[in-house]
Parts: sequence; C-alpha cells; structure tokens
Amino acid sequence: MRRFPQYVALAAYVVFLAFPLLWLLSTALKTPQEMALADPTWIPREPTLANFADAFGEQDLVGAAARSLGVALAASLITVLISLPAAYAMARYRGLVNKIAIGWVLVSQVFPFILIIIPLFMILRDLDLVNTLPGLVVVHVTFTLPFALWMLQGYVRAVPPELEEAAAVDGATRLRSIASVVAPLLAPGVVATLLFAFISSWNEFMFALVILQNPDVMTLPLTLVRFTGPEGVARLGPLAAASLMATIPSLIFFAIIQRRLKSGLMAGAVKG
Amino acid sequence: MTATATRPAPPRRPHARPRRVSRQTREMWLLMLPALVPVLLFSVGPLLYGIGLAFTDARNTRNHETSFIGLENLTELLTAEDFWSSFRIGMIWAVSVTGLQFLAALGLALLLNENLRFRGVARVLAVVPWAMPPVVIGLMWKLVYHPDAGILNGLLGTHVNWLADFSLALPAIIVVGVWTGMPQTTVVLLAGLQGVPRELYEAGEVDGAGRWRRFWNITLPQLRPVIVAITSLDFVWNINQFGLVYVLTQGGPGGQTRLPMLFAYEEAFRYRFAGYASMLGLAMAIVVLAALGLYLWRQLRETR
Repeated sequence: MRRFPQYVALAAYVVFLAFPLLWLLSTALKTPQEMALADPTWIPREPTLANFADAFGEQDLVGAAARSLGVALAASLITVLISLPAAYAMARYRGLVNKIAIGWVLVSQVFPFILIIIPLFMILRDLDLVNTLPGLVVVHVTFTLPFALWMLQGYVRAVPPELEEAAAVDGATRLRSIASVVAPLLAPGVVATLLFAFISSWNEFMFALVILQNPDVMTLPLTLVRFTGPEGVARLGPLAAASLMATIPSLIFFAIIQRRLKSGLMAGAVKG
Repeated sequence: MTATATRPAPPRRPHARPRRVSRQTREMWLLMLPALVPVLLFSVGPLLYGIGLAFTDARNTRNHETSFIGLENLTELLTAEDFWSSFRIGMIWAVSVTGLQFLAALGLALLLNENLRFRGVARVLAVVPWAMPPVVIGLMWKLVYHPDAGILNGLLGTHVNWLADFSLALPAIIVVGVWTGMPQTTVVLLAGLQGVPRELYEAGEVDGAGRWRRFWNITLPQLRPVIVAITSLDFVWNINQFGLVYVLTQGGPGGQTRLPMLFAYEEAFRYRFAGYASMLGLAMAIVVLAALGLYLWRQLRETR
C-alpha cells in the first residue's frame, strides 16, 4: 500500500471541504426543538422540510429574492448588450485600446473598493439613486463589465475573421455577416458571459450593503445577513434553508460550465 | 497576448488609405462607446475622484463645505492607534491566508494529479466553495462556530464562543478564508501541474531521482510562474477582503478582526469621514502595489 498516505491526505481534504457543507444541510433539516439541544447532532432525528417552507413564508426573504432576481437579470442583460460591440471591436481591431482595456481589468483587481465606493456613493446620491435598485444595477454593470469584456473578446477571437470576409465576398453587408455568421458561433460564449454576470450580481454583497440601506429594497445577501438576530437558535433552521436556496443559481451555473472546467483545467494528466 | 504581436493592426495594411483608417477608427470607437461610458462615469471617474478626496476633509453628508487639507489625513492616519492595529491584523490575515491557502491547494492539486480512486469526489468538492455566494459561506461557518448550536463545540466538547473570543476570532476567520480561497488556487495549480512536460519526469526517473527530488527539482521550478501569479492575486484579494469577514464578525470582538477594509468602511459610512477613509484606501493601495512590485521584482530577478 504505497498509496496509503495519499489516500489519508485525500480523505483529510474531503473532510475539511465537506464538513461545513454537511453541517449547513443538517441544520436546514432540523426541527427547532432539536436545534435547542445541548449536544448538536450530525444527522437530524426527525428530518423536516419545514425550514424551507418557513423561509418561503418569510415576506422579507421572498421579496429580497425577487429583487435580487430583478437586479441580476437587468445587470447581466445590460452588461452583455453593451460589452458585445466593445468586445467585437477589441478582438477585431487590436491596438492601444485593447491594451488599455486589459490594463483596466488588472487595475480594477488591485484597487481597494473603498477608494471607488465613497465617491460612487456620493455620485449616486446626487443622482438620487441611493436606496434604489436601478442604482445597484448601474454599479453591478460597471463592475462586471471588465471581466465580461475580457470573456467575450476571447470568444469573438475564436471566430475566424476569414468567415466574415467570405460572407463579404458573397455580398453580405457587414451587419448581415455579423448577424448570420458571427452571432450563431458566438451564442455559447454569450450565454456563458450572461450567466457569469448574473451570478456576480446575485452574489454581490459589498456594493449592495453601501447603496441599499433601507430594508424595503435590500437584496437577498443583505437580507440573509440581517436575518440572524440576537434571538438565539430558533431561526437558524430557516436561515440555513434560505442560504441553501440562495446557492442554487450558482450551482446551476457551475453545473453548466463544469464540463468546460473539467476539459480545460481539471482534466487529469493520468488516464483515470 | 501573443495574438497582438502576430497580427498587425489593420491600419498598417499596405492598401489601406488614410480615409479608410479613420473610418475604421471611428467604427471602433462607436462600438466601444456603450461600454466606455459607464466605465468612465462609474469606475474610472470615481477612482480619480476618490484619490482626490483623500486630500480633503470631505464628510459623507449633504451640505458639507469640503476643503483641501493636503496631507493632513495621512498624518492623522499614521498617528492613529486604530489604524495600525487594523493594518497589523490585515497583514496577519492576508499573509497567513495566502500562505496556508497556497500550501493546502498545492497539496490538493498534487493529489488530484495522481491516479487515485475517489479523486472525482474531491474534485467536485474542491470547486464547491467557489460556487457559493460569499455571504452564504460566512453564514455557514457562523453555524459551524455557533457557541450553542455549532458542530465545532459539539465535536471538541468545548463551550467556546469562537468568533467572539479575543484570541481565537482571528485564527477562526483565517480558517474560513483558507476554505473559501482554496478552489481557485487549486484549479490554477492543477492546470500548471498538467502543463509540466512528462519527459522531464521520465528523464528524472532515468537519472534515479526519487519522488521528493523530482518534486523539488522539476515540479516546483516548472510551476514557478504559476505560483508567483496565483499567490500575488490571492494576496491582493485577501488584503482587500470585506464581505466574508463582515458577515462573520463585523470586525469584532473589540476590533480583533477589523481588517483595513472594514476599518475604512466604518470610517466612511458609520462616522462619515469620507476624506479620511479615502486616504486609508489610497494608503492601502500603495502598500499593496509596493508589496506586489517588490515580490514580483525579486521573483523575476531570481529566475534570471
């Protein structure tokens, strides 16, 4: 058993990675009575879905989920709509602009958010967009844009320009060749970028925290954080259930892109 | 960007006439415009404005006469006890999370690169934290650390309030930081491992190099560029971390987990010292850039 230590190590990783997840699931399936027991149990004695129903019964949570959905849909659609032409330009006419755009993607990673959020808050306040969902959409679009651009221009680059040239030779106008040749080939990339933008917005917490201070307009991550009060363990079950449900969109996203992850990055060097 | 180098820009084409060039440029700008406007208005603009604010006494309230005060914010910052303690905590957090994350991810990537059974399970699990909203990760770990209903106290038979304990809160959130950041690092390192040419290992084996020597003399040097890139990125992400720790502790107990960004957030939005908080952000940006520059410079010099 030369490989024994390796299996022990792998098991340790699996335990470390899995145990908080299992605990979240376990908490979500427990009754309030069991939550109050002195000795926490791994496996719920009477597994119940009541917590999920309770989470749905909370007006705050349902409203927040609806608002999050609206913001994420609007932000992802706008992001893709405005970054598609720019991505096309970046991929087809390479040059200074392209380098500046890539530089901006990097710079936006390094600068602390506080340097941007304070003036941004002041600008949005002057535009009366603080405490409004459109205000948050604007911010999400702006901050998803660099990475969406980067993704999309990669997809455009993968479409050979010769195809467009061939269409042009056949007498198609530029717009027509884009619509009938480039667009179909670009569709999977556009979907991936849409999903990415949607998830970024759905999960986003920091900007929402600053911009939405009124509980009536808060998005799901904010409402989840406010959900735990000082009243002890009674509401932990519904909180766990709601947290699990808030993860579903991201899980769908990863399920869709996982094949790419697998073939691209996660592929085994050794045949399994 | 190898493609940039191999494909000359269209205007350089011999047959292109100046008028055509300008049409193409105009077309390009027209296509860029819809993306450019929001980035300039809500990202580049605010960034420059924020840097400017750092040198004023701006308050985050309406009807405040803002005036230029030069470096006063900086001198105030450098003499503030609060800032230094927050800075120290931020450094401990960023360095230890980045370091532990790297070691843990390297171990996992090496295991996943082996032909082991159950590798698939570990692979899926290794990506899950990536797929979770940061707020949910924070809440989930709050449940794990919960003093009454948490599993950690149940497992250890203790009655510790992990996130409210002065000496345990920081280590506790560091564990969460490592758990959260491991997937990206693992995936990147694994991709790097798979890019190491197999011939090198075969040659090493022929030369009689053992497992450990092969790791030390082949794997690590080959991985170096990837390691430098991912640890730099991790460090920047960690030092700028906000949401996760805000959800877990809000900087408590008694400021023991108040990372620089939480400190800045409080100054800006609770006490409304916009100018002061901007200077804090600017100072952190400079520290990060300097640390990054030094690290990358040393790495580059060593590889020469």
